[in-house]
Amino acid sequence: MDKNNKPAIVVGAGPAGLCAAIELKKAGAPVILIDENSKPGGQLFKQIHKFFGSREHKAGVRGFDIGKELLKESLDLGMDVRLSTEVVGIQKGLKVWAVENRARSYTIDAGAIIIATGATENALSFPGWTLPGVMTAGCAQTLINVHRVLPGRRVLMIGSGNVGVIVAYQLMQAGAQVAAVVEAAPRLGGYGVHTAKVRRAGVSFRTSTTVVRAEGKDGVERAVIAKVDERFKPIPGTEETLEVDTICIAVGLTPSIELASLAGCRMTYIPELGGNMPAHDEYMRSSVESVYVVGDIAGVEEASSAMEEGRLAGVHAAWSMGFLSDAQLKSKADETVQRLLSLRQGVFGQKRFLAKKRIVEQGAGK
Amino acid sequence: MSCKNRDISLKIDGAPSLEELKAVNMLPSVEELTKKACVCIECIEEIPCNPCETSCPQEALTVGSPITNLPVIDREKCTVCGLCIAACPGLAITIKSVEGSTAKIRFPWEYLPFPVAGEKVEMVDRTGEALCPGVILSVVNPARNNKTAVVTAEFPKEFVEEIISIRRKYGTL
Amino acid sequence: MTRSSVHEHSRIERHAVLGDLPKAEEVTIYFEGKAVTAREGEPIMSALIAAGVGVFRYTKKGSPRRMFCGIGRCTDCVMTVDGVPGVRTCVTEVRDGMAVERQHGVGAWKTENMTEQGDGQK
Repeated sequence: MDKNNKPAIVVGAGPAGLCAAIELKKAGAPVILIDENSKPGGQLFKQIHKFFGSREHKAGVRGFDIGKELLKESLDLGMDVRLSTEVVGIQKGLKVWAVENRARSYTIDAGAIIIATGATENALSFPGWTLPGVMTAGCAQTLINVHRVLPGRRVLMIGSGNVGVIVAYQLMQAGAQVAAVVEAAPRLGGYGVHTAKVRRAGVSFRTSTTVVRAEGKDGVERAVIAKVDERFKPIPGTEETLEVDTICIAVGLTPSIELASLAGCRMTYIPELGGNMPAHDEYMRSSVESVYVVGDIAGVEEASSAMEEGRLAGVHAAWSMGFLSDAQLKSKADETVQRLLSLRQGVFGQKRFLAKKRIVEQGAGK
Repeated sequence: MSCKNRDISLKIDGAPSLEELKAVNMLPSVEELTKKACVCIECIEEIPCNPCETSCPQEALTVGSPITNLPVIDREKCTVCGLCIAACPGLAITIKSVEGSTAKIRFPWEYLPFPVAGEKVEMVDRTGEALCPGVILSVVNPARNNKTAVVTAEFPKEFVEEIISIRRKYGTL
Repeated sequence: MTRSSVHEHSRIERHAVLGDLPKAEEVTIYFEGKAVTAREGEPIMSALIAAGVGVFRYTKKGSPRRMFCGIGRCTDCVMTVDGVPGVRTCVTEVRDGMAVERQHGVGAWKTENMTEQGDGQK
């Protein structure tokens, strides 16, 4: 076995990165977990709802409690966590460039790199979209669940996927009213149990409907919505004005691939999982040797699958660095793969399962 | 009796219609509700999820494998303890019963302000429309519920199939 | 709907899932010269929202802006902090005595406020 003392570097301390780093540390491998934010956890601490899945997936546990558990586990393991540190480049030979506190830069020669940089919310532009009061659903979620402030009192939610519907519910929990949830497609996107929760609070869902413009002087005062035809074009004469002070945009996420691109990872276009993303094999290895991609950057799914992908890459990296035996790799990887499979079942999961299968079948190598 | 529920559809209106719910056999008939309190599960899509199964001390709720299976309730084993109401991450489970001229519903609640016992409220259907008045009998929020309170309310029995919750009061917290 | 009423009392004091707002050390920042009480550890963005600030800056053409992504990736929320323009208020923590101002367009550097690192964020 080739034991070297170059550390594994995990970029991004969200659920995927935390789980990857924990597996590496548990195996005894040197690992450094880096995050550009001043607090770790990625999007996990904003998730105040109970997760689905099974007991192994932490079903019934609220997202932020899972975050606290992962953080505690990392600290108990004595993890080297570097916050407020941006990884600005990955050079050939796995040289990682890090900038700490926007003031001091240094390099680390890594034994393996796990890129877990997540995804960015998509924007939707329409007249008035730059007005104060227009923001992404995730921005509203950060404000209400992390910073404990309401960005407004009466909200229009654009997009009926799980993010839009869950944030609509959480906005109500925070004390806001939701005027409506509009969805351009003819059917709602999120889970039925999520939409039902919101609907029974009296919020109306409007399918085949889009926002046409936001109006107001120094901020949103009104939103104009309209029905759309089968080509998603607004139908003249169907405009309706809603009195709102906040418009949240929940129209999907796209993997944040800047660092993976710099590292030379081959990209593949998978629309079901967010668009351009680094190709990966069944162990989450990218096209660049010893560079793994996990979590939303490897396809936008959910926190549960991000955690499992992180574990998978973590055990594989630990094995490749000589800290786990072949048998240990097999048993740990098999467990993780089983749990991933069970998350990707059913009417919503099936699409993601097929997309992931397509990625792996393409082959990560050039 | 509200006609609304007949015109709605889960993927268009956000709430399931009675037809969609009855098609998966998880709702008791009104007759069954008069005999015994019954668990009502409004989870009709196959998603990987089984905390209801793991929460039931009587093993009356079965999801099995794969965990996308819809839950199946064994009403003989069920003691209507209500643990599943708070355990369901989708807040899709209630317990209803009918006795004489009134119906009772035990339902999950995660908003402030919590209602209080004795309070007069408006009972709402799955679209949030207030159908009838009701009265709160109790509100419980034990630590094991993990912040999901369970509220019991009483209302006229004519509305038992339509009612799912109470009207939310919003405003500054 | 008037916006002036919208932003008052927007701190979420009580929450069914998150519980009561935990106590935090108070920090005083100055928005356009006016003292604003902030919670230690929070970003400038939320302190200003809690104080009812509806506009964070104006573009060169005079369009009002506030915030968009909230996590440091879009730069809609930038303001001039301690004389340094272009500071992302959503990822910059408040500090006692911090001076926060609206900028117009890209803003202007106040050279006497520049540290050796020339950085308003730390």
